[in-house]
Amino acid sequence: MAANPPAEQVPTTTPEGEGHGVRIVAAGVPLGRRFSDLVANRELLGALIRSEIKVKYKNSALGVAWTMVAPAIQLAIYGVVFGIVFKNGIPDYLIYIASGLLVWSFFSTSLLAGTGVIVGRAGIVKKVSFPREILAIATVGSQSIYLFLQWSVLALFMVVLGHVPDWTAMPLIIAGFATVLLWATALSILFSAINVYFRDTQHLMEIFVQIWFWMTPIVYSFHAQVHERVVGTANEWLSWIYLCNPITPVVLAFQRAIYGDVTVTNTTSHLPYQVLPSWPLANFYELLGAVFVIGLLLLGFAIRVFSRLEGNFAEEL
Amino acid sequence: METGSVVVEDVSKRFRLYRDKHRSIKERVLHPGRLDFHELWALSGVNFTVHPGSTVGILGHNGSGKSTLLKTICGVLQPTSGEVRVRGKLAGLLELGAGFEPELSGRDNIYLNGTMLGLKRHEIDAVFDEIVAFSELEQFIDTQVKFYSSGMYIRLGFAVAVNVDPEILVIDEVLAVGDERFQRKCMDRIKKFQADGRTIIFVSQSPEQVRAICDEVVVLHHGEMIFHGEPSEGIRLFRERLNETDGGPVGAAVDGSASTEVLATQSLRIAQVRAGAPGSGGAVATHGGAEVVISVETDSAVEDLIASIELVSPMGVTLARFSSHDLGQGFSIATGATSIVFTIDAVPFLDGRHQINVGLSTPGEGGPFVWLEQAAVLEMTYSGKAEGLVDLAATVRLN
Repeated sequence: MAANPPAEQVPTTTPEGEGHGVRIVAAGVPLGRRFSDLVANRELLGALIRSEIKVKYKNSALGVAWTMVAPAIQLAIYGVVFGIVFKNGIPDYLIYIASGLLVWSFFSTSLLAGTGVIVGRAGIVKKVSFPREILAIATVGSQSIYLFLQWSVLALFMVVLGHVPDWTAMPLIIAGFATVLLWATALSILFSAINVYFRDTQHLMEIFVQIWFWMTPIVYSFHAQVHERVVGTANEWLSWIYLCNPITPVVLAFQRAIYGDVTVTNTTSHLPYQVLPSWPLANFYELLGAVFVIGLLLLGFAIRVFSRLEGNFAEEL
Repeated sequence: METGSVVVEDVSKRFRLYRDKHRSIKERVLHPGRLDFHELWALSGVNFTVHPGSTVGILGHNGSGKSTLLKTICGVLQPTSGEVRVRGKLAGLLELGAGFEPELSGRDNIYLNGTMLGLKRHEIDAVFDEIVAFSELEQFIDTQVKFYSSGMYIRLGFAVAVNVDPEILVIDEVLAVGDERFQRKCMDRIKKFQADGRTIIFVSQSPEQVRAICDEVVVLHHGEMIFHGEPSEGIRLFRERLNETDGGPVGAAVDGSASTEVLATQSLRIAQVRAGAPGSGGAVATHGGAEVVISVETDSAVEDLIASIELVSPMGVTLARFSSHDLGQGFSIATGATSIVFTIDAVPFLDGRHQINVGLSTPGEGGPFVWLEQAAVLEMTYSGKAEGLVDLAATVRLN
């Protein structure tokens, strides 16, 4: 061993110059190299996303339209239960839910599908070499395609119902989507690797996602049902716990932009009713920015854990 | 490092074999530190360099670490310690049709698989027709691959791998499948690859295939590299290790009294049979001379004894059978021990452990008859490139 030249000595600049560098297969590849491998494999990411979407709806009559069915049913159920039966008084309630629910279901489905992806595609993982995180990223990628489709249907509905979004808050959508995309990717990568070793992860995740959903102000209003009840009381910390949930700022941002109205007229009491926080838009960006930075750190951590666990995938599967 | 080279540097791989693979969090919590496993070093300290343009065969019996080594070179497994450095585009055929998505059509799979092997979309467009032509699947290219036969799978997989224009091609025993004609086509393609000066790493259980195409071989034995060099020597070593557990060493003397094939004699016994190079009794190079010595013991004198020998290839093909009678010799032996020596001037057989069966008889019916299967082993070594059973020492010229 001592007689051999150290690994770092291998030059990447050779007479051929362009073309292929030296690929090193060893335990513990540095983080920077993994990122550059990921970038180098972006074509594969595209191919995997395309194939995943194609496969999913290959033999179904409605095809991609099925992606609309599940959220539509969910919307209808929450609309009936909270809008009609319990009368929470939020006007255009369906649009209120949809603005948070679509992005949430993107996040939760990505997380669930991403967690199982390495185990599910064991055949490829065991036989073909490529950065395996791409499988998790591709799952998130195909889910984002569905999200865009669902958003376009939502936009159509808003036109039909004549609900106008807050145009000035529209950039919030971009910031919010970037944040949730980052978190979904990081968590999918992390849990997809852990799931190889602990198959329970998949099942725990399903329960966890259920709890997480109700912890996030999607079907109810953060401001009216959480903030106003605890502000000024001894329980004010509860409001902070809500904001520690990384998805809460994302959902709030989407509600602020798509639903748009901060204060509305309650449909039952006909009094002014504050649904969304009245913070200036800058506060939303600050919150999202903080969550985004934490997400970046999480992504680095996830890829690190993934690369540690990846070495034994082929034997554990 | 030149393009097309692979450096395997002190690579070790440890596997943990668990008694029960499906461990849950519950079990981990209830029985911390009670993980039931034992360690297995599938590879330990393997070092070798594959130079650009060479064809290297990796030989080893089942469980010797061949596949682990190949997976490490392809990057599917990470070594526990050490590293593999690869320069150049590497296409691995660990299993034909591995990256295939059964629900997608052959066409979609060519694109998916090609991208996995590192090609850009437009690069696949350029070789698409060639892939389809090579795989001979023109009619079925838009059929979902789940409807393909295994032969079609293999054809498509090989066609993609060889057409992605890799600098290094890694093949794991995949040529054992597919029909003979397609196998030949693959071999031709591999030879063309060699002629183009590309690097090939080839794993096979078949020493014949390895000898036919490889410039050098690496022999693995229980995870250790025991040989790296010229094929014929490597193949000999591989065979020696393969037969370590069963069968005796080369030129083994077999005690005739242990024979169960003795049919009708009490008085005539084959005491010992030895086969090998004259004098030394060791391995014989193709076209070298060999000797088979049969030590006979008898309680009473035998008139006109006929000794027969039969040579059987490692694959069980009877290559030759002849007797002293055929050679125009009749022996009369006295009571006690006698040796009968068959001499073959030039043995044309290719390498391998050839089995020798020996018989003793007398003309006519009712006489003594002794037949001993696997009486000895004649080990052959060969360094040429001929395939088949024999080297005919042929020459060729233009007329």
